Parts: sequence; structure tokens; C-alpha cells
Amino acid sequence: MNSDSFDPEAEKQAVAPDAPESPSRREFLETTGATVAASTVVSFATPAMAQSADTAAPRTAISVSVNGVRHEVEVEDRWTLAELLRDAIGLTGTKIGCDRSECGACTVLMNGAPVYSCSQLAVWADGAEIRTVEGLARNGELTPLQQAFVDNNAPQCGFCTSGQLMSATALLAANPSPTADEARAALVGNLCRCSNYNAIVEAVVAAGEGGVA
Amino acid sequence: MRALSNHDASSISDAVQAAARARAEGRIPAFSGGGTDLLQQVKDGTDPANVIINLRSVDEAREIEEGAGGISIGGLATLAQVMDAAAVRTRLPALAQAAESVGTPQIRNVATVAGNMTQRPWCWYYRNGFNCFKSGGDECFSVNGENGQHAIFGGGPSFIVHPSDLAPVLVAFEAVFQLAGPDGEREVPAAEFFVLPRVDPVNENVLGESEMLARILVPSLAENTVSSYYKVMDRAAWTHAEIGVATVIQRDGNAVVDARVVLSGVAPIPWRLRAVEEFLTGRQITAEVAQEAGNMSIGDAQPLANNRHKLPMTSAAVERAIIGLAAG
Repeated sequence: MNSDSFDPEAEKQAVAPDAPESPSRREFLETTGATVAASTVVSFATPAMAQSADTAAPRTAISVSVNGVRHEVEVEDRWTLAELLRDAIGLTGTKIGCDRSECGACTVLMNGAPVYSCSQLAVWADGAEIRTVEGLARNGELTPLQQAFVDNNAPQCGFCTSGQLMSATALLAANPSPTADEARAALVGNLCRCSNYNAIVEAVVAAGEGGVA
Repeated sequence: MRALSNHDASSISDAVQAAARARAEGRIPAFSGGGTDLLQQVKDGTDPANVIINLRSVDEAREIEEGAGGISIGGLATLAQVMDAAAVRTRLPALAQAAESVGTPQIRNVATVAGNMTQRPWCWYYRNGFNCFKSGGDECFSVNGENGQHAIFGGGPSFIVHPSDLAPVLVAFEAVFQLAGPDGEREVPAAEFFVLPRVDPVNENVLGESEMLARILVPSLAENTVSSYYKVMDRAAWTHAEIGVATVIQRDGNAVVDARVVLSGVAPIPWRLRAVEEFLTGRQITAEVAQEAGNMSIGDAQPLANNRHKLPMTSAAVERAIIGLAAG
């Protein structure tokens, strides 16, 4: 797999309750003075902050649960949820493709429902439960959906895969045995530049209770 | 994204007061329901807002309720709520069909009814930063430019088309819009909420500064009323209507007692076909009647250089919508 969606190390890091949050996962963050204030209470300086002359950009303290880990974070009001997840919390499995709610690469679950994290302000996620691709596998064991993606060669370049997985995860939670048409309808907001749609739909159907590979 | 500040509104009243306060301070507020389109426009610079009034923190105006007088739809109800609500699916199927046809699950999960009504036009000139009527300028670049998706009815001086799928349905149902502003509330019939560019070239509706759409009331329908929303797109999903047809028909046996036919995607406002409505009234719907209604629908169309395809498309869509509703 060329996508870090399936990196069990990344997954452990994200869900282990006693693991320190690791903004240093991104090298550039290390060089801009990210600080860890407490085990799950984290304050961040980001490149946007460091490089911007507009240091008076309004900031707001929020509390957001990401893959079951609560983060007390001070965010700039202009940050998108995708930027919070990737640049501040260090969960880079969520991809930014178009950054304008068209492609779906940034799809995460907000209180169980798929949303475009590029088009949500991070402050709007205050109090929300967010689930990203890093929150799917447990202890290195892929979910049946992830395994079906592997078995059906659903990812080609892999860039859209995290978003596809999140939309399909929500579908399977609501409809454990989706048909191909139901899978297509649920994934209509997730574009695949490689156009590997048939394999993706086959993987989602196969992951269902009545699915056949 | 450029610097902006977010205000979590605690109520509709707090939201409109906060917007008025921001304006008084010389800042530019914008209400945000789902935010997907607003953030695109803020990133692109087509919306100059620098104070976001966040409506997710508002608990009211989210519910869809059926009462004695009809169905009340909170302005902050999401399109996912609308398409799933039992009262909407059974009483107002056209509205459920319209909501289901919008965008993608990710958009419908956050997009609000109020935001769908008040979304800015998707004209490629406006969206790409041209200083057109919709941006406060004094030119419509589509007139001598690329106008394949522009208005065939009601255009001038701007030729945008109203993009909402739900709006023509609500006009057809003769809904009432409740608006909330810093000076109080008022009610406006859905058809009078939207305004032609010849009345106001900048704004698509009558909302005043710091005013928002709080709630929509769809009055109870007469017995034997059926409805549908028929949408034609240039691909199978995830795009706006080339044309959408909202049809509401009250029948007595096979005869039409009353009809509303309102179009999306062909005019700067939801476009009501009064001549077609009058033609249908008193008739039984047959293939010939539907075809004649389709032909009549483009009687006063004024196409631009590149959007003539919308004429046969409109005729066919109206014909199919009427036949489909009669058959269903």
C-alpha cells in the first residue's frame, strides 16, 4: 500500500490513550516550535502562524474528540478542520485535494456523518466527535472495509482512498449490506482521479454482510 | 485562508444582532449554516466576509414539524434531514426529491435549507472574480461571453440562473418564508422572496442587511394533491440542474383542478409557468396535453447565443415531468 491510511504505526500513535500527541510527525512542524503542553492538552504553533505577518489573527480554544482522543486546542478561526487534523494534530491520513468541497479526499466523519473537512472551520468542530482514516484500524487490524479495499485493489494512487473509506464506513454503519447502486450513491462525493470506481464499488459491496468479492 | 473571526451564535436573535454589530463596526459578516459554499467563496475572495456568524451553535430552527396548518421547516434543517423526514417524504415528495438531488452526501449532511435558498449564483464569471452585477459592478459578462448555462427567461441586466433545486418546489407549494432581522421578524411568500435582476441587480432575494431566513411554512395541501421534482443534469449526479421542474397538481378524478409548474436553472429566480398552469387546469393529462404543455413552456423564452439547447430541453423536461406525475 502506498497510502499511509494503512500504516499500523500511525494508527497506534493516534489511538493509544497514553501516547503523547505528536505534532512532530510533520518535519516542518518540528522546526517551527510546536510545543506539547500536556499529554492530551496540546497547544500548537503552525506554519501558517509562523509565516504570516498577521499575527493578530483571531484564535479560539476548542475541545474536539478525534478518533476517541480529546484535544483541547487553540485554533486560528480561519483554520479549516482539515488543516487542524493535518498540520496541528499531525493526522495526515486526511488528504487535501481540491480544498473546495468538490473532490472528497478530505472526507472525515463528524458525529458519524461524512463531511468535507476542507470546508469546515476547525472552530465549528468544537465539541464534535471526529473520526479520520487513522481511527479505522484497531491494534493494526484493518476493518473489513479496509481489507476489502486491499483485496479488490480499490486504491490505485491512493490519494482519494482515505475519503472513500470514510464515506463507505458511514454507508456500512447505516446499511450493512449495500448494493452496488447504493454504494455509488453514497460515494458520489468522492472523486477518484485514477477513475478506479468499479474496484472501489466492488470493495464496498464485498465489505457488506452479503457481499461477495 | 485570510484572517477572519468566528462568532458562535447562541440563537437566531443573537445571530442577527451579531451581524448588525459587525456591520456597525465596519466589518463584513456572513451567516454560515453548513459553510461549504461560503468557505469556497471566502477562499476565492468572491465573498469579502471577515466575520463568520456560525449558526451550528443555534439550537432553534432545526426541526421539521407537521402541525395542523402544514409543515414547518427550520431554516437550519439540513438537506439530509429534509430528504429523510417522514412528513416531507409522504406529504411533500417533490421537496424530498429536490433535496436528494443536491450535491453529495457530504454537502447534504451540513447544508441548510436557508443556505440553499440564499446561495449565490454559480455563474462562472461571478465565481471567477469578474466585477459583474453580482459583485457590485455594472456589466454582465455572459451577454457577449460564454452563456451556455445562463438564463432563457427573465434575464437582464444580469443573466444568472437561480441554482436552488428546493426553491422552485417551495414556490410551487406556496410556502411562506419567515425572515428574522435585528428589527424583528416578517413573513414573505416564497414567490416574493426571490427578485429579478431588473429589480435588484446585486441581490437574488429580499433579505435586508443582517437579516436571515429563519423558517419555512408549507401550508397543508388540498386533498388529492401530487407533486414531483424532475431534474435534468449534464451528468448523472453532483451538479446543478440544467433545468429542474417542480410540479404540484391537485386532481379530481383524472381532471386537473389546480396546477403549479415552476422551473429551476433557467431564470434568475424560480420561474413559474402560469400559462402552462392555466392550460392544464380543467384538463385530463394525456400524452398530447403534456406535449402541448411542454411546447407552451418556452413561449416567451429569450435565449442567448449559446443556450438555445435549453429550449428543447425545457419543453421535454416539462412534458416528462407532467406525464411522470400523472402516471405516478
